Amino acid sequence: MATYQEFIQQNEERDGVRFSWNVWPSSRLEATRMVVPLACLLTPLKGRPDLPPVQYEPVLCSRPTCKAVLNPLCQVDYRAKLWACNFCFQRNQFPPAYAGISEVNQPAELMPQFSTIEYVIQRGAPSPLIFLYVVDTCLEEDDLQALKESLQMSLSLLPPDALVGLITFGRMVQVHELSCEGISKSYVFRGTKDLTAKQIQDMLGLTKPAMPMQQARPAQPQEHPFVSSRFLQPVHKIDMNFTDLLGELQRDPWPVTQGKRPLRSTGVALSIAVGLLEGTFPNTGARIMLFTGGPPTQGPGMVVGDELKIPIRSWHDIEKDNTRFMKKATKHYEMLANRAAANGHCIDIYACALDQTGLLEMKCCTNLTGGYMVMGDSFNTSLFKQTFQRIFSKDFHGDFQMAFGAALEVKTSRELKIAGAIGPCVSLKVKGPCVSENELGIGGTSQWKICGLDPTSTLGVYFEVVNQHNAPIPQGGRGAIQFVTQYQHSSTQRRIRVTTIARNWADAQSQLRHIEAAFDQEAAAVLMARLGVFRAESEEGPDVLRWLDRQLIRLCQKFGQYNKEDPASFRLSDSFSLYPQFMFHLRRSPFLQVFNNSPDESSYYRHHFARQDLTQSLIMIQPVLYSYSFHGPPEPVLLDSSSILADRILLMDTFFQIVIYLGETIAQWRKAGYQDMPEYENFKHLLQAPLDDAQEILQVRFPMPRYINTEHGGSQARFLLSKVNPSQTHNNLYAWGQETGAPILTDDVSLQVFMDHLKKLAVSSAC
Amino acid sequence: MNVNQSAPPVPPFGQPQPVYPGYHQSNYGGQPGSTAPPTPYGAYNGPVPGFQQTPPQGVSRAPPSSGAPPASTAQAPCGQATYGQFGPGDIQNGPSSTVQMQRLPGSQPFGSPLAPVVSQSSVLQPYGPSLTSAEVTAQLAGMQISGAVAPAPPASGLGYGTPTSLASASGSFPNSGLYGSYPQGQAPPLSHAHGHPGVQPPQRSVPPQASSFIPPASGGPRMPSMTGPLLPGQGFGGLPVSQPNHVSSPPPQALPHGTQMTGPPGPPPPMHSPQQPGYQLQQNGSFGPARGPQPSYGSPYPGAPTFGSQPGPPQPLPPKRLDPDAIPSPIQVIEDDRNNRGSEPFVTGVRGQVPPLVTTNFLVKDQGNASPRYIRCTSYNIPCTSDMAKQAQVPLAAVIKPLARLPPEEASPYVVDHGESGPLRCNRCKAYMCPFMQFIEGGRRFQCCFCSCINDVPPQYFQHLDHTGKRVDAYDRPELSLGSYEFLATVDYCKNNKFPSSPAFIFMIDVSYNAIRTGLVRLLCEELKSLLDFLPREGRAEESAIRVGFVTYNKVLHFYNVKSSLAQPQMMVVSDVADMFVPLLDGFLVNVNESRAVITSLLDQIPEMFADTRETETVFAPVIQAGMEALKAAECAGKLFLFHTSLPIAEAPGKLKNRDDRKLINTDKEKTLFQPQTGAYQTLAKECVAQGCCVDLFLFPNQYVDVATLSVVPQLTGGSIYKYACFQVENDQERFLSDLRRDVQKIVGFDAVMRVRTSTGIRAVDFFGAFYMSNTTDVELAGLDGDKTVTVEFKHDDRLNEESGALLQCALLYTSCAGQRRLRIHNLALNCCTQLADLYRNCETDTLINYMAKFAYRGVLNSPVKTVRDTLITQCAQILACYRKNCASPSSAGQLILPECMKLLPVYLNCVLKSDVLQPGAEVTTDDRAYVRQLVTSMDVAETNIFFYPRLLPLTKSPIESTTEPPAVRASEERLSNGDIYLLENGLNLFLWVGASVQQGVVQSLFNVSSFSQISSGLSVLPVLDNPLSTKVRGLIDSLRAQRSRYMKLIVVKQEDKLEMLFKHFLVEDKSLSGGASYVDFLCHMHKEIRQLLS
Repeated sequence: MATYQEFIQQNEERDGVRFSWNVWPSSRLEATRMVVPLACLLTPLKGRPDLPPVQYEPVLCSRPTCKAVLNPLCQVDYRAKLWACNFCFQRNQFPPAYAGISEVNQPAELMPQFSTIEYVIQRGAPSPLIFLYVVDTCLEEDDLQALKESLQMSLSLLPPDALVGLITFGRMVQVHELSCEGISKSYVFRGTKDLTAKQIQDMLGLTKPAMPMQQARPAQPQEHPFVSSRFLQPVHKIDMNFTDLLGELQRDPWPVTQGKRPLRSTGVALSIAVGLLEGTFPNTGARIMLFTGGPPTQGPGMVVGDELKIPIRSWHDIEKDNTRFMKKATKHYEMLANRAAANGHCIDIYACALDQTGLLEMKCCTNLTGGYMVMGDSFNTSLFKQTFQRIFSKDFHGDFQMAFGAALEVKTSRELKIAGAIGPCVSLKVKGPCVSENELGIGGTSQWKICGLDPTSTLGVYFEVVNQHNAPIPQGGRGAIQFVTQYQHSSTQRRIRVTTIARNWADAQSQLRHIEAAFDQEAAAVLMARLGVFRAESEEGPDVLRWLDRQLIRLCQKFGQYNKEDPASFRLSDSFSLYPQFMFHLRRSPFLQVFNNSPDESSYYRHHFARQDLTQSLIMIQPVLYSYSFHGPPEPVLLDSSSILADRILLMDTFFQIVIYLGETIAQWRKAGYQDMPEYENFKHLLQAPLDDAQEILQVRFPMPRYINTEHGGSQARFLLSKVNPSQTHNNLYAWGQETGAPILTDDVSLQVFMDHLKKLAVSSAC
Repeated sequence: MNVNQSAPPVPPFGQPQPVYPGYHQSNYGGQPGSTAPPTPYGAYNGPVPGFQQTPPQGVSRAPPSSGAPPASTAQAPCGQATYGQFGPGDIQNGPSSTVQMQRLPGSQPFGSPLAPVVSQSSVLQPYGPSLTSAEVTAQLAGMQISGAVAPAPPASGLGYGTPTSLASASGSFPNSGLYGSYPQGQAPPLSHAHGHPGVQPPQRSVPPQASSFIPPASGGPRMPSMTGPLLPGQGFGGLPVSQPNHVSSPPPQALPHGTQMTGPPGPPPPMHSPQQPGYQLQQNGSFGPARGPQPSYGSPYPGAPTFGSQPGPPQPLPPKRLDPDAIPSPIQVIEDDRNNRGSEPFVTGVRGQVPPLVTTNFLVKDQGNASPRYIRCTSYNIPCTSDMAKQAQVPLAAVIKPLARLPPEEASPYVVDHGESGPLRCNRCKAYMCPFMQFIEGGRRFQCCFCSCINDVPPQYFQHLDHTGKRVDAYDRPELSLGSYEFLATVDYCKNNKFPSSPAFIFMIDVSYNAIRTGLVRLLCEELKSLLDFLPREGRAEESAIRVGFVTYNKVLHFYNVKSSLAQPQMMVVSDVADMFVPLLDGFLVNVNESRAVITSLLDQIPEMFADTRETETVFAPVIQAGMEALKAAECAGKLFLFHTSLPIAEAPGKLKNRDDRKLINTDKEKTLFQPQTGAYQTLAKECVAQGCCVDLFLFPNQYVDVATLSVVPQLTGGSIYKYACFQVENDQERFLSDLRRDVQKIVGFDAVMRVRTSTGIRAVDFFGAFYMSNTTDVELAGLDGDKTVTVEFKHDDRLNEESGALLQCALLYTSCAGQRRLRIHNLALNCCTQLADLYRNCETDTLINYMAKFAYRGVLNSPVKTVRDTLITQCAQILACYRKNCASPSSAGQLILPECMKLLPVYLNCVLKSDVLQPGAEVTTDDRAYVRQLVTSMDVAETNIFFYPRLLPLTKSPIESTTEPPAVRASEERLSNGDIYLLENGLNLFLWVGASVQQGVVQSLFNVSSFSQISSGLSVLPVLDNPLSTKVRGLIDSLRAQRSRYMKLIVVKQEDKLEMLFKHFLVEDKSLSGGASYVDFLCHMHKEIRQLLS
């Protein structure tokens, strides 16, 4: 094993797991002194094209409370055909099918390279993929048209046997029946009335119809497809119908008077969508896709009244507790989200409007179910169209990159307990021996449900070391964790992916260096950020910042090398060197700062932060900045105002935005049209280079980032200026007039100031 | 005795009396009488059969009466006491001829004075014994006379027959005189001689009367005046009483029983029994029957006071019977009125005229009062004081049919436009300008005829007056010269101050399993395709302004978007029945022509879509709610056509449970069967009315559907209900489609408010019909068509003035089917009287029955049915007793004296009493009762008339060539001859009864089968055969159907067949299986009641 760097990378590639600590402190006390908790970022479905799934079922530990899956860490007695569970030490008989195993004839799950393995479960009928479109009709004509086209297009991307359904809403909610010839049929619901699942199912006729006695015979199995098929039909059967139906969709016909918002029954529409699937396909992967062009304005889940003169709530209102509808609406959507999650259905929200659309209230729908949240200005933009299209992108097997109804179970060896998880999941409320009392994130359980996930969906899982100080672990002892993810693959198979990892224990007193060296500062930054964002959802912003600062200071105190009261002597080792910088940018990020963001935007950013993998998360925390110049190939530069130079082109990727910024000189040149002159072809190439790179990012990023092409002095340059470290401001005059960057007009502290303070506090004995 | 008194004046009286006889025969006979006189005798003498044949009898009797004249004269004088006697004697005598004379005027007035009399059993006895041909004739004479005279005679007869009884009775009463007369009839020799002469003379003794009478008799017109004198003359009435007199025999009994004469009673009974038997025989023969009834009387007496008891009591009853021919015959009355008043137009110019009967075909000329087609009153002479009114107990009511259809010969009301300022109205009471408004001060002002307020005439309306104080332009302006006209309403008369948009029809079709299975949905959808071309349109408009919408439903509702721009209809299902709403805005209500393709496509698909439905549950209230909401959303009034099959048991507002419980019948809880199960429907109806949403309900039940509850909304919104029990396309298609077509096509007004204003002194206090009232004066009708009638009752709140009379103005504000807001005004002036006799002389029994039936049918909602029946009987008895007491001349209490105008009151009232609602038979379902109850509530007078007393037409009696309707016969099994075929109709049902021994040829030509036994029972269609008889019968059936507002399904009933039970139910003069009394029994009972009141 070479460096920890490589080790970490290897592990990530193989298992989709990155731990904050890769050598674990062996006692509870020491662990808590480490400041950053023992935790990992887990990408359950990390793309493993090299990993063929095995076509049998896993072997489980027979202890009812354990049920760990046989893995390479287990001790196997080939002669006795026994294996010992490495979590509970139960000795288990191999099942009969394993009669032939021996040291040389091992099943895959016992081979070390298969620390991650995927099983395909053959039991049970494959259930189709289900897509239920929930479409807002209170849109502008061209918006609706664009949306209709996108939806029609999406039909061609779906597998032919996928089931689709359509619900439209405006003042009323219509559930369209798809199998009708000659007449188009829909069930209509009042948009103002909250209905229970049972009512909805009754009204849609999903409960078993009361049949006249003499005809009560038809068998059940026939019944079910019949009933559900009215609203959810295989694409191949109703392709044409559905296309026509979408084509005939009209804007909500009810008049909207001057000064009013259209009445939009989003709450009821979602409720009906959830109820419909609940009644027809419980525990089957399904995707509810909500397309909305404005805030819900009536009924349960309304976010704002229909009076235009009363604006939708802002952060200011929320702080003042001046929000009439927020709490109720949030409760409504939470209830829906929980119901959907319980049935394994995920909810996507595609909100395209210039104003807020109530994502703040609706966020739990996506966050709890693993659905997507997409925010745009209009359905008639490439941002939406391409994002939407990307949802249906396929892997090299031709399968969708989406999985449904996953349940993640975590098992730990006895020295560890599970504190919680943060990500697009809900708790399954399974208490076990390995569940900690102390919760970090969604805790109190060892199992979570993730209704919708894709290869990048990533959870933060937090642990607690419970081994007591006085019960030392023998040298070379390893702690183990097993992640068992059951899910419905997009090919409709049920699969189980099992990842078993082990890390060394180390005594923090004697082997602190080891532990320090095995610190993964990137993972740690993201994990801490997740904790911070998770807290921010329920706590006041400043409190969260203070907490983050204190953690940072404590970490520096623990791992920094310094002389007391001498800030100048402060040093951090390599494995910690970037961490404070991450924290600096995190403090300024939209995940913790709401200034200049609407509540919806904050929700949107946080949503994505809580589900993206480490790389993307880091970009979100600290955007990347590339510089293009005639002086050489493009190079990454400091995210600092000093990087903004007149003769450079900058490309910044903040995950949500791609900004191309032309320095002052470059902009002038371009204005002068040099790029069109054959003799300045290199200038043309220079201009083109960042565009090409941006395209590359745009090609893969989901959701599509906002693409901003600006220049020095352009109004959109603010996107860049707000991100860079304000090392030069109107306050520190030393930079004025120099060629070395652009001053930022802000009172924010710069990284340098931040670091100075940090050092000062870290070395002070006061805290 | 009486005789003495009656003596001199008689003759004249007699004339009036004839009326009386008329009842039986004399009146009729009277008319025809003149001719008849001679024959009657013969007839009488000879064969009873003659009697049976009503017409002939009449004739025949008349003669006898004529013969009787002397007697009558004698009687007449007797005065009141003798009435009976007089009546009989006089009437018959003189009458036959005079009667005719009197006819026009007389019939009514006279009638009033004269009362048909029913003699009681006791009389019979005497008759019994004496019967001989001679006697018979005498009796006849008496009888007829009896109209007036007869009664007397019986009494006497009795007396004669049984000296003791007679003595006592006769002695005490004028009747004796009558008896005298009777004797003629009964104990021919004795009675004749004695009775007539003796009796009459004395009676007549009342000179003034006589004199007065005479004139009247002679001059029809005088009738009224007559009345005046009549009072004394009531003697006349008395005369009529005479009929009762016939009863005369009864009198004795009565006296004994009913009256103080306990002693006598004892004797009579025995007497009866012995005699009666003999009677019967005779009756059978001829008179016997006539007397027969009397015996029945007797029986009641002894038997039990109450009606019901009657049947039970007496052995005697069955044997003894009143002669059905001797009691007032509806057929005869109708026939007479037709003959007398059918030929000339009824001119409405004169105040307080009694119009011809509803059964008479006549034209109306509007000269200032509303046509009787619009308004009919129970009385055209209103007592001046409330005391009088209370005394008479005659309800003062008007039956108003504001949008009545007129025959093509009569012009529909003119539309008057008073411009922007709207119709000219009295400033104080808001009455509309009408012919009774008095212009004063040279035309600058007018005095309101209702409240006497003096108003300025607006300049644009000013016109000079002529020398009579009339405006010069009076005849140019409908509102100054006509009884009925319309105003164009201004925007002030519109809801929300906006002119209404054109109304809409929404068809709401039950598509549950039952509706599909019976083929109803397919049939209906098919029919609608063509029917939509015939939506009502205003005047000669090119196309109807009415928009249409479609909803189907079972447990949920399906709305359809049929916007013309759509390629195919869109169906929108609303399952949230608990909280109904309309899911779409435009495209629901559309113009038929614009959206025809889509509508046709929809109607094609509806039966297909639900062909495999298994949904059996339905909702109801949400359906109405939906329709109402749809109209509300479209901001228009309209009508919902609901086609519904079953009890709405699905979980929804207005859910009902099966609560049918026959055990409740005849208990105090019976009323709950008529009450709605839940108040939800009332609330809903109220909302509907506010929106101008009228609901027509077509029911197709297989079992109990709780009509009482389902009908609430149609009832309160002015809608109609049609019920097709056990609907099957093959059998009921014709009826349903015919009703549907008519219902869809008929002109209808929407969102209407009706207000009845009256001149000072009386006030509209109660309203009956299909409507809603949110206050005490405004009748709100979401919809109103030409079949709907509102009955209004008036009460005094002050003294009325004979001179100025009483005025009614009915103003109906409505939206026409083209969406035009209009006011229709009907004015009617009535006379006021200080004499009760005037009141009785200007009554209309048909209208009275209409009112009483509606009153009773509403009563069952709150009181036990028995109470309601008793109330009716009591009221009727009071009316008649008041007459007897105040208008008829004193006579034996044993005489039943009926006012001419009300002589049919007992028979009709009996029909009401034994109707399904008030006395259900075992086979009548709760739903049927509720249905009928609801139907009757908005029936007009013609409909109630035929409904309660069905028309029975012999088909083979008259020659095939005759094109006129055959004369009807009375609704009694006795009138059916088994060699004949009859048609019976009551406005809802149509039966063809085939006698068992009908000629084979007839069977062949009607049914195309060779023998009676091959006629399939329950047949509902006659084969179309090309022979005169078949053509005629089918033609007759068609014409009958055309007369009624609902299609009558034909049922062929064979004699002795099981279906005959059903048929017999409609023979209302007979005793009914459910315990309803026969006419004769009831008459006896009524008499008894009256006597009790009088004593």
